Amino acid sequence: MLDVVITDPLFAVEVIFSGLLSGIMYSLVALGFALIFKASGIFNFGQGAFVLFAALTFVSLLNMGINFWLAVLISLAVMIAYGIAVERVVLRPLVNQPLIILFMATIGLNFFTEGLAQTLWGTEVHALDLGIPDVPWNALGDATGLYLSVFELVAAVIAGVMVVALALFFSKTRTGRALRAVSDDHQAAMSVGIPLQHIWAVTWAVAGIIALVAGMLWGAKLGVQFSLALLALKALPVLIIGGFDSIEGAIVGGLIVGASEKFAEVFIGPYFGGAIENWFPYVLATIFLLFRPQGLFGERIIERV
Amino acid sequence: MSTPNEPLLSVNNIEVIYDRVILVLKGVSLDVPEGGIVALLGANGAGKSTTLKAVSNLLKSERGEVTKGSISYQGKRVDTLTPNDLVKRGVIQVMEGRHCFEHLSVEENLITGAYTRKDGRANVAEDLEMVYSYFPRLKERRHSQAGYISGGEQQMTAIGRALMARPTLILLDEPSMGLAPQLVEEIFEIVSKLNREKSVSFLLAEQNVAVALRYAKHGYVLENGRIVLDGAADALSENEDVKEFYLGFSGTGRKSFRDVKHYRRRKRWLA
Repeated sequence: MLDVVITDPLFAVEVIFSGLLSGIMYSLVALGFALIFKASGIFNFGQGAFVLFAALTFVSLLNMGINFWLAVLISLAVMIAYGIAVERVVLRPLVNQPLIILFMATIGLNFFTEGLAQTLWGTEVHALDLGIPDVPWNALGDATGLYLSVFELVAAVIAGVMVVALALFFSKTRTGRALRAVSDDHQAAMSVGIPLQHIWAVTWAVAGIIALVAGMLWGAKLGVQFSLALLALKALPVLIIGGFDSIEGAIVGGLIVGASEKFAEVFIGPYFGGAIENWFPYVLATIFLLFRPQGLFGERIIERV
Repeated sequence: MSTPNEPLLSVNNIEVIYDRVILVLKGVSLDVPEGGIVALLGANGAGKSTTLKAVSNLLKSERGEVTKGSISYQGKRVDTLTPNDLVKRGVIQVMEGRHCFEHLSVEENLITGAYTRKDGRANVAEDLEMVYSYFPRLKERRHSQAGYISGGEQQMTAIGRALMARPTLILLDEPSMGLAPQLVEEIFEIVSKLNREKSVSFLLAEQNVAVALRYAKHGYVLENGRIVLDGAADALSENEDVKEFYLGFSGTGRKSFRDVKHYRRRKRWLA
C-alpha cells in the first residue's frame, strides 16, 4: 500500500480528492437527517424515501415535457407541501410522546412515502440529465495532473452553497434561532411564545428541499430508481461520524466517509480481495461510536455539577 | 390594597387533572390586580407550578387539563388560547428550573424572547439594552453559552428573556430555586424594581415564604391543590399559622395543643 503512495503520490491525491467529492454527495443526503434531528430530536427514517419521492417527481415532470426550471419549481412546491403535510398529519398528533414513538412513526412514513412515490410515478428506472457532464475536467487535469469529474465538482459547489445558506439561516434569522431554541428545550420555547408546529413545518419543508437537491444530483448519477431510497443507509455512518445534530458535521462526516472509503478501496482493498468500499464506512462509524459517540461536531451534552 | 376595578388576571375555581386521572388542583381561585405582585405559597407538590401552567396554558404539553372553572385575563376568557397567543397578549411564564436554551448564547436567549413581537428590530435592540441595564451581569456574559453560566445568571437570563416579550404579567415559578440567599435577594429586588418602573405585574410561586412575603403585596397559601389562606402580605407574615408552618417560628414558648393545632385540624377537614 505504502509503496504505491510513494511511487505515485499524484494518484493517491486524485483518489482522495474524488473520494472527497463523492463524500459531498453523501453529505447532501445526511444534511436532511441532521436538520430534522437538530430541530426535533427525531431520526427521520423516511429521509431516503423523501429523496426518492423528490427525484421521481422531478424526473416525471421533465418527462412530461415541462421546462427544466418550471419542473424544479413544481417539485420544490410539492416537497414543501409534503413536508408540511407530514408535520400536520404525523407529528402534530404525537407531540410530547416519547422520541422512540416519533421515530417509529418515521419508519411508517418511510414505507408510505416509498409507496406513494411509486404509485404516483411508476417503478421504472428513469435517466436524468441535468446537463452537467460526468467527465473529467480536462483543463484542470492538464494543468495540475488531477483529473476530477466536472459533475462532482458542481455537486460540491451546490452542497457548499446549501451549507452556507443553512448556517446563515440558523444563526442569523428569527426562525433559525427559534429552531435552535426548540431543539434545546421544547417547553421553554413554548413558554416564550414560539409555536412548535410552525417551526416543525418549516423544518420538514426545508428537509424536503434538501431531499430534492440530493435527489436531482444522485438521480443524475445513478438514474432515478428505487435504490435512491437506500441512500439513507449511506448517510448513517456520515451522521455518526459528524454528529447527528450538526450541519457542519454532516459535511465533514461526508468528506471523511467519501475520502476514506475510496482510499481504503484502492490501497487496502487488494489485501481483502476488494469491495471493502461498501462496508468500510460502517467500521469507521463503529469506531467513532466507541470513542466519540456524539460525533465530531455533535452538540456536547452540557452537564452541570 | 385591592383595587376597585377588575383584576388583571382572575383565576376562578379551576380544577386540573393530569393524564385524565390525577386530580391536582381542586378548585383554586385567585386574583392578580393590575401592577400587583402576588405570591403563591406552599410546599412541594402543593400545586403552585400547576396553577401557573394552567394560566400560561403550558399544561397541555404535560398532558394536564383544566376541567372546571375559568381563567380570565383583562376581562376575557383565556383558557382555550395557545401559549403563543398568551405571550402575544402579554402573559409569559418563567418556568421553574430556569430552562435557558443551553446551546444558545445569552444574547440569543434574550432575543428569542422577542419572537412574538412584530414591532421591528430597533425596538427589540432597545429592549435588549433595557434588559442589560437591569441585569448588568448578563451584558458581560452576553456571548457565553447559556448552559455554562451560573445558576443565578441563568435565572436572570430567563427573566430577561421573558421581559423581551414586553409582558404585562410575568408568571414567575420558583425564582429562588437552588440560588444562594444573596442572589435570591438580588433577583427579588429586580422583580420589585421591574414592577415599579415597568409596571409589570407578577404572579410568583415560591417555597421561600419569608422572602416572597417581603416583596409581594398579596399572598395565597396553597395546600394539596386548595387555597387554604390568603391575605395582604404583611397580614400573612403576622399570621400565627403561617409563622408556625411556613416561617418556622414556634411563637412564644410552649402552647396548649388546643390553641395551636386548629389550623392543622382545618387542613385535615379540607384535604
